[in-house]
Amino acid sequence: MAAHSDKSEDALTPASEEAATGWHGIAHDWSSDKDAFKQVPWGKAMMWIFLLSDTFIFSCFLTGYMSVRMTTTEPWPNPSEVFALTIAGQHIPLILIAIMTFVLISSSGTMAMAVNYAYRRERGKTTALMLATALCGAAFVSMQAFEWSKLIAEGVRPWGNPMGAAQFGATFFMITGFHGLHVSVGVIYLSIVAMKVLRGDYERSGNYQIVEIAGLYWHFVDLVWVFIFAFFYLW
Amino acid sequence: MVHTEGQQHPISLYLKIWGLLFVLSTFSYLVDYFHFVGYLRWSLILTFMLLKAGLIVAIFMHMAWERLAMVYAILVPPLCLLVLVGLMASEADYIFLSRVMFFGQAVAPGSP
Repeated sequence: MAAHSDKSEDALTPASEEAATGWHGIAHDWSSDKDAFKQVPWGKAMMWIFLLSDTFIFSCFLTGYMSVRMTTTEPWPNPSEVFALTIAGQHIPLILIAIMTFVLISSSGTMAMAVNYAYRRERGKTTALMLATALCGAAFVSMQAFEWSKLIAEGVRPWGNPMGAAQFGATFFMITGFHGLHVSVGVIYLSIVAMKVLRGDYERSGNYQIVEIAGLYWHFVDLVWVFIFAFFYLW
Repeated sequence: MVHTEGQQHPISLYLKIWGLLFVLSTFSYLVDYFHFVGYLRWSLILTFMLLKAGLIVAIFMHMAWERLAMVYAILVPPLCLLVLVGLMASEADYIFLSRVMFFGQAVAPGSP
């Protein structure tokens, strides 16, 4: 044990900096107690970095969609017509997507307020707002399931569809499917954190940053929808 | 834990942003509803999209109050994606022409 503590003490002294090579050197360089993100808790920094990587995934999907839409020789199906619904005899274009957008924005609003109440340590209100957020998310996924079933019934498949360019189905199912998966995971994540808040798991430390971190994920899901709504449904 | 205060902002601010996002979403929906076309349509869609995205990131995700080191670490890397978008867009004409040349168009097999 004595030899071990000697060694680790050695690694901390500046003189050994040049001597440390291989894995030891890598560990030393990465753990030299430098703090790049001042006043940002590590959990939040890591969530931001995860969201950054997710940004790249969704952007690659959307860029792929742009590529096939620009290069297809067949006409692209008109989303305004494809996603139209007839409600009470009225033919309204894109209405379900508009409702889904409003539901998701509302869930972002309740989430932002939940973060605020969490820092004030009002556990009841925090839990209620987080569960409201999760409920909106579940409603969003249900509407998406309805939309998927409707399109599948109309003959839209990943390899073709009756309305036009074959790539429409492939990009639609991939992009909205991946987003829907994020919403579903978010609903589970928020429900778990909400339950833990209600149970008082964070009372001992008094640290409610977990709510803000969960909120970051949820707002990101809303953010991605803003881009999907603009590029896929409106363009 | 160094920092347990966290981001504290008045609820009224969130409600205002919420309302603003509703209004912007309604506008972008109306772009489709009134059948705007061409550059007018695309510029309106992009404007409303960027405004909504900016509000969500800045206020809801608290980016407006983070330190610059953090803000740049997260917001600058996605700019690389513009290069990818540019490359794909500039290749599009060529791919489109190749498809027309090699796969043909409009003439279905078996038609007279």
